[in-house]
Amino acid sequence: MSSSDIHIHDHHAHSHDHDHDHEHHELPWIRQYIFSEDHKIIAKQYLISGILWAILGGLFSLIFRIQLGFPNADLSWMKPVLGEWIQNGKLDPEFYLAMVTMHGTIMVFFVLTAGLSGTFSNFLIPLQIGARDMASGFLNMLSFWFFFLSSVVMFASIFISTGPASGGWVIYPPLSALPQAMSGSGLGMTLWLSSMAIFIVSSLLGSLNYITTIINLRTKGMTFDRLPLTIWAFFITAIIGVLSFPVLFSAALLLVFDRSFGTSFFLSEIYIGGEALSNQGGSAILFQHLFWFLGHPEVYIVLLPALGITSEIVATNSRKPIFGYKAMIGSILAIAFLSFIVWAHHMFITGMNPFLGSIFMFLTLIIAVPSAVKAFNYIATLWKGNIIFTPAMLFSIGLVSFFISGGLTGIILGNSAIDIQLHDTYFVVAHFHIVMGSASFFGMLAGVYHWFPKMFGRMMDERLGYIHFWLTFIGVYVVFFPMHYIGIAGFPRRYYSWTGFDAFNSFADLNQLISIAAILVFIAQFIFIFNFFYSIFKGRISSLNPWRSNTLEWTTPLNPEHGNWPGDIPHVYRWPYDYSKPGHNEDFIPQNVPFSQTPHSNFPHEKDSNE
Amino acid sequence: MTTIYIIAAIVLIVAILVVIFRLQVLSAVLKGRYEKRVGIGNDINGLLFVIVFVVGVGAFWYSYQQASAFFLPAASSEHGVRTDQLFWVTMAILVAAFLVTNALLYVFPYFYKYKEDRKAYFYPDNHRLEMIWTIIPAVVMAGLVVFGYKEWTAITSPAPKGAEVIEIMGKQFAWQVRYPGKDGVLGNYNYRNIDAVNEFGIDMNDSASYDDFIPRELHLPKGKPVLLNIRARDVIHSVFLPHFRVKMDAVPGMPTHFWFVPTKSTADMRDETGNAKFNYELACTEVCGRGHYAMRFVVVVDEPADYEKWKASQETFASLNRDYAAEKAPKLVGLLPAKVAAPEAPADSTAAPADTTAVAAH
Ligand code: HEM
Ligand SMILES: [Cu+2]
Ligand SMILES: [Cu+2]
Repeated sequence: MSSSDIHIHDHHAHSHDHDHDHEHHELPWIRQYIFSEDHKIIAKQYLISGILWAILGGLFSLIFRIQLGFPNADLSWMKPVLGEWIQNGKLDPEFYLAMVTMHGTIMVFFVLTAGLSGTFSNFLIPLQIGARDMASGFLNMLSFWFFFLSSVVMFASIFISTGPASGGWVIYPPLSALPQAMSGSGLGMTLWLSSMAIFIVSSLLGSLNYITTIINLRTKGMTFDRLPLTIWAFFITAIIGVLSFPVLFSAALLLVFDRSFGTSFFLSEIYIGGEALSNQGGSAILFQHLFWFLGHPEVYIVLLPALGITSEIVATNSRKPIFGYKAMIGSILAIAFLSFIVWAHHMFITGMNPFLGSIFMFLTLIIAVPSAVKAFNYIATLWKGNIIFTPAMLFSIGLVSFFISGGLTGIILGNSAIDIQLHDTYFVVAHFHIVMGSASFFGMLAGVYHWFPKMFGRMMDERLGYIHFWLTFIGVYVVFFPMHYIGIAGFPRRYYSWTGFDAFNSFADLNQLISIAAILVFIAQFIFIFNFFYSIFKGRISSLNPWRSNTLEWTTPLNPEHGNWPGDIPHVYRWPYDYSKPGHNEDFIPQNVPFSQTPHSNFPHEKDSNE
Repeated sequence: MTTIYIIAAIVLIVAILVVIFRLQVLSAVLKGRYEKRVGIGNDINGLLFVIVFVVGVGAFWYSYQQASAFFLPAASSEHGVRTDQLFWVTMAILVAAFLVTNALLYVFPYFYKYKEDRKAYFYPDNHRLEMIWTIIPAVVMAGLVVFGYKEWTAITSPAPKGAEVIEIMGKQFAWQVRYPGKDGVLGNYNYRNIDAVNEFGIDMNDSASYDDFIPRELHLPKGKPVLLNIRARDVIHSVFLPHFRVKMDAVPGMPTHFWFVPTKSTADMRDETGNAKFNYELACTEVCGRGHYAMRFVVVVDEPADYEKWKASQETFASLNRDYAAEKAPKLVGLLPAKVAAPEAPADSTAAPADTTAVAAH
C-alpha cells in the first residue's frame, strides 16, 4: 500500500509504472529542486533556511550582547547598517528590545522548530521507516512554502521604519496590543502575527503529514516496537505540535481582534498616551495562559527531535544498544503528556490564584523524573561501549551534558517559592538557553554531521568538526554558565542597561567576558558553515554506510532518487539497536537482516515471523 | 575604497584557507588516514573530555568564589530568609547531581573509547537499575515539592490583620506609590479619572481619598507586615524588590497583592554592607517598553517610630491639589484642610529621587 501514489522505480508493482518513470525524469528543473515534492529535497530546503535564520538570529544576539558587555562603547560604526537605530553612538533602547524579540522568535520558531524538526522529520521519516516518500508529497511541499512565506514576512518586518515586534517573543498584551505603548507594536507586530499565523499553517501541514506517514507507510516488519527512537521522537513531536499550535493560533487571532477590531479579550482599564481606552473586562492573564499552553509544549517540540537524534547517534557510535529502549519511549510519552499540564509555571507571579501555583509546581517537578530517566539512559549507553568520536557523537554527548545542566536548574525555577526571586532574571535566561537553546542546537548539529553523507553523498571533514565542537561546547558554557551568577544577583532580563541601579551595578567584567565569548562562539560557527558548504561540493565521497549503522536509510543508494530505493523496499526483521550482539562477527546487524541469517547471535525468542 | 580593500583581504584569506584545507585533506587521503576505522583523533577526543571536566569543575569553583562576592546581601524580609535557604539547599542537591552525572558522562568516553580488539557490552536494559533511578529522583522531587509548597502557601496566604497597606502603581516608565493616610483606607480609584494631575485616578468623591498621600519614595516600617496593592495603568509591569525577595506583576485591570515583613532598616543595611550610600531599590521585571530598564524607585525602611513620623509629615494629595479636588468634588470641599499646613522638613533620607521618566525619554 505504501507506494501506490508514488509510482517511481517500483518495477514490481503495476506494469504502467514505466511510463511514470519517464515522466519523473522529465520533471522540469524547478519541480525537482525548487517546488519539489521529494521529502529529501524539502528537508534540505528546511536545513538551508534554518542555517540562514540561525546566522541572522545569532547576529542579533551579538548586537545586544555588545550593548550589555560594553555599555559605554561608541556604536557609531554600526550606523551604516542600523541607520536611525543608532543615535549619538548609542543603540536605541526600543531597538534593543526589538533585537531581543526577533532573536527569540527566530531561534525558537524558525531555527529550532522549522530548521530542526522540519529538516530531520522530513529527511528521516520515510528513509528510516522504509517509505518512498511522505504520505502527501504535495502537502509537504506546501508546508515548506508556507514556511518560506512566513519567513519572508518576518524578515520584511525587520526593515520597516517603526521596527519589528519588540515586546519579547511571548508578545504579552497590552504591550503588544497597543501601538501607543511602543513603536514595535504597530506594523511590526501586525507582521509578526501574520508571519506566525502562516508559520502555524506550515507546521500543522508538516505535522499531520509526519503522523500519517509514520502510522500508515511503515515497511513490512517495521512495527512500533522496532521504530528507531528518532522516529518515535518525531512522531510524538508532531502530535504535540498538532495539539498545541492551534491554541497559539487562536491567541494570535484574538490579539488581532483586540488590535484592529476594538474587542477587549486581553484589554481592560487602560490609560495610555493621555487617554483612557474604552476597553473593559478583558484579561491580560488569559493571553498568557493561551500562549504558554503552546509555549511550554513548544520547548519539547524543539527538544524531543534533538533527543531522538541523540539516541540514534549515541547508540551507533557507542556500538551498543540504546539502554532502556522501552523506557526511552515511555519517557518521551510521559514528557509529552506532562508538557501540556505544566504551562503555568511561567506564570507563578502573574497574580493568578496561588493554589494554581501549587498545582503547577507539583506537576512541573514530576516532569523532571522522565527527563532524569533519559539522561541516565544515555550515560548507561556509554558505559562499556566501544566509543567512536565522530563529530556527531561529540555533539550528542554535549547535548546530554546541557540537558542535565539545564534540566537541573529547571527544578529550581519550577519551585514557585524560589521562582519569586528568580523569575525574569538572568537565571531563567541561563536555564533555558542551556536546556532548550544549546541542547537542541547541538542536536541539530549532530544530525547534520551524522546524516550529511546520506544527504549529499559526501563526508564532512571530521577534524574541522572536532575543532568546531570543542570551541562551541566550551564556549556555550562560558557564555551561559555565568548568567546563573548574574541571575542570582537579581539582574532582570530584557534590560537595555543595568547601570541605573545600585543593586545591579556589579558584574561589568563578567558581562564583558560573556559578550566576548559569545562573539567567539559565533565566529566558530563559520568553521561549520565552511565545512558544510565546502563538503557539499568537494567532500570525500562517502561509503554506503559510513557509520556502520543499523537503520534503513543506509540501505539506499549513495544518492537516492525520489522514491529512495531503486528496487523493493527492504523488509525489517529486528529492532534498530543490534550493536555488538554476542555471537555475531560484526558489531552491527542492520534492521533488514533476517534472524535466519544470524543463527549464532539470536536469542531464544528471536525468530522470523512467517513471511 | 577601504571597503574594497577589506573585501579583497577577506576573499584572499578565505582562498588561502581553502587551499591549505584542500592540501591537508589530500595528504591525509594519501597517507591512508581515512582507511582505518578510527584515528588518533579518537584518543585525543576521549582525553579532552576528562581534561575539560577537571578544568571545568575548577573554573566552576573559582568563578563561584569570585561571583558570590557580588550576590545580594542576606534577605531583608522574613520569607526571603526562608526562600533563600530553600534555594541554597536545593542548589546543593543539584550541584551534587550535576557533578556525579557529568563526571560519569565525561569519564566514560575516556575509558570506553574505541579499541580494535574489544567488543562493546551488549546491555539493552536492566529493570532494577531503571527502577532505582526513577524512584530516587521521584523521592527527591517529592521532598522539594513539600518544602516549596509549605513556603509558597505561607507567602501567598492573606496578609495579617493590621498590615500597612500601600498602593504601588506602574506606568510607562515610573512607579508611583500611594498611602492611605490616617484612616488607613485607600480612597477609591477609577482609571477614567486619570489625568495630568491625578495620576492614580483617585476618586475625589470618596471621602477616604482625602488623607491619601503620594510620596516620592516608598517608605516601609521595619518589623511590621506590609501589604502591597499592586496595579498598572497601561501595560504589564512587575514589582521587584530584590533585597526583600519580593516580585509580583502589575497588571492593568487586575489588581494583585504581595505582603511581607521587612526586617532590616536602610540604616541597618548601611552598617551591614559598609556602604554609606546604600539604598533599597524597586525595579521592573516585566518588559514594558523603551524605559523598562529605568523604572527605578527608591525604597526606605525606617524604624517604626521614624516611619510614623515620616507619615505624619507627608502632605495629602488633596491639600496639594485643592483646586483640583474642589472642582472634581464640590460637595466634599469641607474635607479639605482650611489652610495649607506648613510642610515639615521632609524626612527623606536620600537626595532627590531619581526622575526615571526623564531617563527613559532620553
Ligand atoms: C527539558 C527541556 C526544557 C526546556 C526546553 C525548557 C525551556 C524553557 C524556556 C524557554 C523557558 C523561558 C520562558 C521565558 O521566556 O520566560 C523556561 C522557563 C522555565 N522552565 Fe524550563 N525548560 C526545560 C526543562 C525544564 C524543567 C525540567 C523544569 C522543571 C523541573 C523547567 C521549569 C521551568 C520553569 C519553572 C520556567 C519558568 C521560570 C520563570 O519564568 O521564572 N524547565 N524553560
Ligand atoms: Cu514551560
Ligand atoms: Cu518594565
